[in-house]
Amino acid sequence: MSPEFAIALSIVIPLVGAVLIGLCDRWPDLRETVTMITAGALFAVVVMILPQVASGERPELVLLELFPGLEIKFTVEPLGMLFALIASGLWIVTSIYSIGYMRGHEEENQTRFYVCFAIALAAAMGIAYSGNMLTLFICYEILTLSTYPLVTHAGTNEAMRAGRVYLGILIGTSIGFLLLGIIITWSIAGTLDFTQGGILTGKADGAVIGGLLLLYVFGIGKAALMPFHRWLPAAMVAPTPVSALLHAVAVVKAGVFTVLKVTVYIFGIDLLRDIDATIWLQYLAAATILISSLVAMTKDNLKARLAYSTISQLSYIVLGAMLVSQSSVIGGGMHIATHAFGKITLFFCAGAYMVAAHKTEISQLKGIGRVMPVTTGAFLIGSLSIIGLPPFGGLWSKWYLALGALEADKLIFVIVLLVSSLLNVAYLLPIPIRGFFGKADASDAPGGHSAHVSSGAGDSPIREAPLPCLIAITITSIGCVALFFFSDSIYELLKPIVAP
Amino acid sequence: MDIVGLYNYWIVIFLMMAGFYVVIARGNLIKKLVGLNVFQASVFVLYISMGKVTGGTAPIIAEGITNYSNPLPHVLILTAIVVGVATTALGLALVVRIRQAYGTIEEDEIHKLDDDS
Amino acid sequence: MITEHFPALQIVIPLIAAPLCILLRWRNVPFGIALVATWSAFIISCLLLGQVMDQGIISYELGGWAAPWGIEYRIDAANAMVLLIVSGIGSVVVPYTRNSMLLEYIHERHYMFYSAYLLCLTGLMGVAITGDAFNLFVFLEISSLSSYVLISLGFDRRALTAAYQYLVLGTIGATFIVIGIGLLYHATGSLNMLDISQRLEINGYDRTVVAAFAFITVGTLLKLALFPLHLWLPDAYTYAPSSVSAFLAATATKVAVYVLLRFFFTIFGAEFSFETLPSGPPLMALAIIAMFTGSFVAIFQENIKRMLAYSSVAQIGYMILGVSLVTVNGVAATVLHLFNHALIKGGLFLAMGCIYFRISSHHIDNFAGLGRRMPLTMAAFVVGGLSLIGVPLTAGFISKWQFVLAALDRDLWWVAALLMMSSLLAVVYVWRVVEQAYFRSPPAGSEAVTEAPTSLLIPTWVLVGANIYFGIETELPLTVSRMAARALLGTQ
Repeated sequence: MSPEFAIALSIVIPLVGAVLIGLCDRWPDLRETVTMITAGALFAVVVMILPQVASGERPELVLLELFPGLEIKFTVEPLGMLFALIASGLWIVTSIYSIGYMRGHEEENQTRFYVCFAIALAAAMGIAYSGNMLTLFICYEILTLSTYPLVTHAGTNEAMRAGRVYLGILIGTSIGFLLLGIIITWSIAGTLDFTQGGILTGKADGAVIGGLLLLYVFGIGKAALMPFHRWLPAAMVAPTPVSALLHAVAVVKAGVFTVLKVTVYIFGIDLLRDIDATIWLQYLAAATILISSLVAMTKDNLKARLAYSTISQLSYIVLGAMLVSQSSVIGGGMHIATHAFGKITLFFCAGAYMVAAHKTEISQLKGIGRVMPVTTGAFLIGSLSIIGLPPFGGLWSKWYLALGALEADKLIFVIVLLVSSLLNVAYLLPIPIRGFFGKADASDAPGGHSAHVSSGAGDSPIREAPLPCLIAITITSIGCVALFFFSDSIYELLKPIVAP
Repeated sequence: MDIVGLYNYWIVIFLMMAGFYVVIARGNLIKKLVGLNVFQASVFVLYISMGKVTGGTAPIIAEGITNYSNPLPHVLILTAIVVGVATTALGLALVVRIRQAYGTIEEDEIHKLDDDS
Repeated sequence: MITEHFPALQIVIPLIAAPLCILLRWRNVPFGIALVATWSAFIISCLLLGQVMDQGIISYELGGWAAPWGIEYRIDAANAMVLLIVSGIGSVVVPYTRNSMLLEYIHERHYMFYSAYLLCLTGLMGVAITGDAFNLFVFLEISSLSSYVLISLGFDRRALTAAYQYLVLGTIGATFIVIGIGLLYHATGSLNMLDISQRLEINGYDRTVVAAFAFITVGTLLKLALFPLHLWLPDAYTYAPSSVSAFLAATATKVAVYVLLRFFFTIFGAEFSFETLPSGPPLMALAIIAMFTGSFVAIFQENIKRMLAYSSVAQIGYMILGVSLVTVNGVAATVLHLFNHALIKGGLFLAMGCIYFRISSHHIDNFAGLGRRMPLTMAAFVVGGLSLIGVPLTAGFISKWQFVLAALDRDLWWVAALLMMSSLLAVVYVWRVVEQAYFRSPPAGSEAVTEAPTSLLIPTWVLVGANIYFGIETELPLTVSRMAARALLGTQ
């Protein structure tokens, strides 16, 4: 298979999958089989491109030309390769998980759910492979729109309101800032292609570049940099598989991935090093890291806490990009991978608690570890990986980020990273610890659930989550560990992007 | 400034403003059309005045006459008059239909009927 | 050779077809006549555009009388483009009228509808094609008078008052234009546009010319409904029959914008219009206000057709913004947007007609659940809406891109930013409809609604499809609009 064909396939497979899933509306088993096959085939195709990219090739596919010099095209480079691998790989896992979750939860409109999921994945692939900024922008918008039905899946007024916040911020920033930035770039540079070393060098003075950088970084609302982070907590009304794959991996990572890509291929790290705006953005990212960690501590709703934790972790990557040193950029790239595995595990666990025990609040989870040991164990692993302890993948990305901060001579950000890790400990670890060692108190659980959530006693005992959920959780937990041992290969893959 | 000598232009301005005022200030749809006609009539006068050449006669070739008024504006305004007639006819037809539909031709009453429905 | 007479045929065919519709009023004959007339006009305009692109400006002396005494039809890229827009939309809408009119109660007098429609088409194309200032006024009145008739045919009785209001304001606008033309004649002694501009350059621009400029500008702005002279537009577009709204929204204001371009650039010349007289800043300010108020008011409309009408007010703001930049890029963006917006609004209003055909309402509440019941129609609406917003791969994106680039060329960063912000407002009002149609279930006990008939869907999708096509194949509109801008600004 030629690489061009593989690129086309990785966009087309999920789209064809979406159509087929739509056609299988009446046969849920067939529908889920199609989902699984699609996800598997996509991953296989993506893996097939990997050796070529790793060996330094940049396969390219030009789809069409809008006007001279402005094409819709896809080029695979290491950063995109990594993102595509993660998104497509975790899609398989999420599909397994969704089957257990959606059925266990008896959700409605499941077909629409799977269709939109597939389209979202096609858009994510498009973002990963995009060869210029316009292609990326188009896929970025498709991703936003295709995830909207997923966010408002419940169809309640609350969900619709959240959906409006979601769309409002993502579309608003992308059209108001990002598209403007893109057009300005085009008017300055005459091209939008992602080019090693950037396309803006020597084309405009520092103030313009700085302003442009602000437009890009704020325009990429999916990166959830404060003050444009509100959409992510809002999106938590979605079913948990959506929160897991899209709002911990595909969508948010698409955002920070774009930030990295813009940093490396539009501006070029050499150019950005002398731009003052990066300093502002470094501090803003640091502030986002700390503030959202603090906000996370105040949240009792598990998914809300995880959402704020995600905001904080995303800013690690933005910080990495804005420090513009070689290690920090690579660290940012690695963090896309390590955080993806860690956070998806946590979300899977949150969903498992919801399906198996109908518990959404952290205060209800005392003692849950005794009845759901696998889930709670996985939660512990995920937390440790996010915190960045060995032997979990999270360690390495933080390591490189800190290294990058030192390279850039910014000791303060090393401290920020350390403080943030402590905060992670404070808001994540208590959950599994109380789960294992806490005492379940049925009496003070709020709401009408208390009757049947009381563990081990009475009418409806809590059991472990459905088997498909457990399989998924186990796979991602293993992934967290595996990343610790295979971080070298990611490093090797990403190294060329910052090569001078 | 030759005020009297330009009297026809003063008439143009007066007619224009008077017509315009009627269109704006009157709520009766027929009166509005009347105002519109006055407004248009001012333009006719304007064109006709422009065509006049001092001392010239009607542009009909005759022995011993060398100075003619310019016929073109007069011809043009003939077209404009036709357009004006058509506009008035159409406007009146609309007013008839409005009266059939609303039972009134007073603007504020029509608005009230629309708001109520 | 018949090709030489294309400019005359362009106008004569629909002009003759109009009375024929009334004379041959049996059954479907008027429809057939209208169909043949509009499509031949469309084909001729395509051929004319081809000729202009190959050979440059075409000059045709009507009746063999030489300019500047006779009436000259003078076609450069700008009019060729406008002719293409008008005749193209005209020919796509005709098949649509056959079915949508049935509901809108004038079936028994349909031959009159076609007659008025063809006259309107004639008038609009005449305005575009002529090189004679007074002739322009006559054609403008032909198109206006027939469009008042067309609007008054709407089902709602408010169509009558809307038509009346349009008649009054339209007549005032046209009268202003004719006053201006008269003053120009007074100053130069000529009515041929090219001749006027040459004589103005030689004789200089005295106070009469300034007065003429003022009258013509105000009159044209009234005709093209630039804020705050847009008051006639929302009612007229809302209450007119669907097919008429589509036709007028896509063509009438576009032709008025063309008139403005022609007067500003060809007749008065850019130097006089924008340097001697400071027209640029006020126009730009009004354009920006129009962009925002139009979109903003659109957001709060319950009647979706009215919402589209207000969105037109905003879109006209974009076009005037392009004019006010006074650069080749800006004017090219305007001409491009004339074309693209005709496709957008034409498609959207036709989609509205499909919806009205089935649910007999334009109210947003009745849109609930339509996404599933009328999937093709709503899909057309969504694509049109995306193009209106300016989403990549649609025609609207290309014009937005050009507008922003044109603003950046002049180093007007804030204008570029405002352009983006106003498209956000478009997102809001389009999204309201999408949310209602796709994410709300229809009210309990509502009647079953099925997909619109194919005869309505095909014209709708032709225009909507054109939005996608010209969003990807951008070469033709970009080249022509650039040629048009060069022709208007007189730069090569």
